[in-house]
Amino acid sequence: MSTDPESRGTKGDILLEMRDIEIDGFSDERWHDIIKGVDLTLRRGEVMGLIGESGAGKSTLGKAAMGFAQPGCRIKGGTINFDGIDLRAASESQKRGLWGSRIAYVAQSAAASFNPAHRLIEQTVEATVGHDIQTEAEAKADARELYASLQLPDPDTIGDRYPHQVSGGQLQRIMTAMAMSPRPDLIIFDEPTTALDVTTQVEVLVAMRDIVDRFNTAAIYITHDLAVVAQMADFIKVLRYGEEVEQAETRKMLAEPEQDYTKSLWSVRALEKPEVKGNDIVLSIDGVDAAYGNSVKVLHDVSINIPRGRTVAVVGESGSGKSTTARVITGLLPQLKGDIVFNGEVLPKVLKDRNKDQLRRIQMIYQMADTAMNPRQTVAEIIGRPLDFYHGMTGAKRDNRIVELLEMIELDESFMDRLPSELSGGQKQRICIARALAAEPDIIICDEVTSALDQIVQEGILRLLLRLQKEFNITYLFITHDIAVVQAISDEIVVMFQGEVVEQGLKSEILSPPHPDYTQLLLSSVPEMDPDWLDRLVAERAEA
Amino acid sequence: MHPVLSTVLQRLGLGVVTLFFVSLIIFSSIQLLPGDFGEAVLGQAALPETIEAFRKELGLDQPAWKRYINWVASVMTGDLGTSFSGRASSGIDRSRAVVDLVAPRLWNTLFLASMAAVIAVPLSLILGVTAALYRNSFYDRSVNAATLTTISFPEFFVAYILIVVLASLWPLFPSLANVTETMSFTERVYKCALPALTLTLVIVAHMMRMTRASIINLLASPYIEMAQLKGASRSKVILKHALPNAWAPIATVIAFNLAYLVVGVVVVEVVFVYPGVGQLMVDAVSSRDIPVVQACALIFAGTYIILNLIADVIGIVTNPRLLHPR
Repeated sequence: MSTDPESRGTKGDILLEMRDIEIDGFSDERWHDIIKGVDLTLRRGEVMGLIGESGAGKSTLGKAAMGFAQPGCRIKGGTINFDGIDLRAASESQKRGLWGSRIAYVAQSAAASFNPAHRLIEQTVEATVGHDIQTEAEAKADARELYASLQLPDPDTIGDRYPHQVSGGQLQRIMTAMAMSPRPDLIIFDEPTTALDVTTQVEVLVAMRDIVDRFNTAAIYITHDLAVVAQMADFIKVLRYGEEVEQAETRKMLAEPEQDYTKSLWSVRALEKPEVKGNDIVLSIDGVDAAYGNSVKVLHDVSINIPRGRTVAVVGESGSGKSTTARVITGLLPQLKGDIVFNGEVLPKVLKDRNKDQLRRIQMIYQMADTAMNPRQTVAEIIGRPLDFYHGMTGAKRDNRIVELLEMIELDESFMDRLPSELSGGQKQRICIARALAAEPDIIICDEVTSALDQIVQEGILRLLLRLQKEFNITYLFITHDIAVVQAISDEIVVMFQGEVVEQGLKSEILSPPHPDYTQLLLSSVPEMDPDWLDRLVAERAEA
Repeated sequence: MHPVLSTVLQRLGLGVVTLFFVSLIIFSSIQLLPGDFGEAVLGQAALPETIEAFRKELGLDQPAWKRYINWVASVMTGDLGTSFSGRASSGIDRSRAVVDLVAPRLWNTLFLASMAAVIAVPLSLILGVTAALYRNSFYDRSVNAATLTTISFPEFFVAYILIVVLASLWPLFPSLANVTETMSFTERVYKCALPALTLTLVIVAHMMRMTRASIINLLASPYIEMAQLKGASRSKVILKHALPNAWAPIATVIAFNLAYLVVGVVVVEVVFVYPGVGQLMVDAVSSRDIPVVQACALIFAGTYIILNLIADVIGIVTNPRLLHPR
């Protein structure tokens, strides 16, 4: 095997060349274009960023660089040349010989991409041993060194664990070690940090970048996050609807994107609402403790005040108790201690003890609009249900109101008879918003409502929420881990960490220094649109 | 406590409770059988006094709850009671202990069940895995069609077809499986060939299809794609990456079918004149031989409970989340 970077050619030789790639995908009983004639050239040791919204074909193109077509896809045209090997003409067994030895793949969800039935180290070395690159003992010893260089805790023993026994950030680093184990020439990183918290993302980004540098590996880094790709890539290619929008060297792309589309990709960061202080408290959470079952407490003495007609953003990483707080407010998880005071009266702890009016006044919108709607109900039924349930509307009166609500969310009555499966992600979330509005609530709890959406769609939803707030004086409790969204929409911010409130205050207070330690860590971990951000951060943290 | 151990203990406890409820159901449903043993043996012409005396001798004059308690108490000491038959009006008691009646029959049943299982389980696993490996191919379709065909026919029909083909047209195996206790092992196997084959054909489809479905269900998982992208061959992807995660549903279906081999094969026993528990129970029901009926029913219930317990344990042992908690 070639651990010596010299033996694999110098930086600058073309490693991968894709010409005029066309890929089709099969859905709704017919073939659609996914990739429409894209070219891609990658030299040894180079990192290319591939960005675009979901559905742009990034992943499909990334996998095609390996000569792999996902089930339901076919590579229809073009040439793929990997170091002199024509991957389109190569046989399955020839390609299998390359995969996991010279080309490696790092998947988006490490938690789902590790086989739950095998120990981590077995999976780390599987390809290396399977391709007879190293013996099992050599590969395992090397894997432990890789674990150490990726800053994993207990590098000698962590590999003996099963995937469910380590955290998501650790799994993602182990997957990077797995990709690196055979010392490939090329690694495809397919949204490797999208599922991680910002604080964890930083560690993983640093680890991935260092190891790619160290072994002079070429990489294609796929993401929808421009700020992340700015840290990783030498140059960036922007994809949209399966076509290349533009390609440029990273700094140039950030400084002066040529195409409007590229400019619009970070428009959400331009959306900013001036904060307004509110004194009329509509809902206050007062010293609440909560736990699931008899297990350890997940909320410790949480107190939050939510002013009427304002947006309070709750931020924190996963496991910080954000969503649990929402469950306590809605009565889904009765608290052990403390009170929820709503419009001046203490709410019953348990959902079934609350009356219809209390239920109506607190509504929720969820992250996954898909699973929050009955797939067999039409839009009219979905929105009509709260109208009937809370307001007793039926017949023509109800239909008129549905049309009104659809107009409020910038859709029209042609949507009434559609099923959720006939809507786009953003439209689905709009229907969920309309359903919450139908109840005419005082407060809407928004649980990561934009996390599953692309930035442009995100912006539309955020603008809609802001407009509705202005028109109807609705209060939002906005749960999110995305600081950019917080900046865009909130008046006040609550920072949570391990089930406790770290601080609460106006947006301007929280986002400007001095910060408590955790807030500082959280805010500094948010990637910035600056290729030097990660270096600076690492340097700053090393000093501290 | 280790999760496997605690689950086994928990399931065993539940099994005992289930067995208790089953005993109640068995006992009370037998009370619902029309007629009684006295009348069945002595005939309708018997004098009421004679019947009364006979009932008293068998303890049938006692109230039902007392009989139930007596029965449960003796079962717990391992005594399944004494058969009613053999106590003919002649006055000489030739009745036998239920254990002596049931034990050789149960042994025969278990022998036939094991023989069918030894053929059917590996066969269906192999067919299921290969069908998943070559899914939607001609092979896959043929295996599916063939196994569906055999499961779709009533078992007696399959049995007679096999007799016609393998015992009559090409006399390879005997059509009667009238085994005796003195037979050698090989002769037993030879005699049991056709019933075992019949049972195999009846149960393979279910197990094979579940194996295939559980594996294919996993093939869409990201870790399967990951394995492919690491250059693993198709068979390695299936055997090493899919199958280890598919055992729980497969084991459940296998347990279900093995239980069927013990408790549900009376029709096949009748066709091949095989002296198994199924026939014994049917005979006992028609002659109102209550202790034997109760014993057979309890054994059947126990079989289900034990086999499902084993399937649960397999489900746990093959799931690292349960076997190695965080």
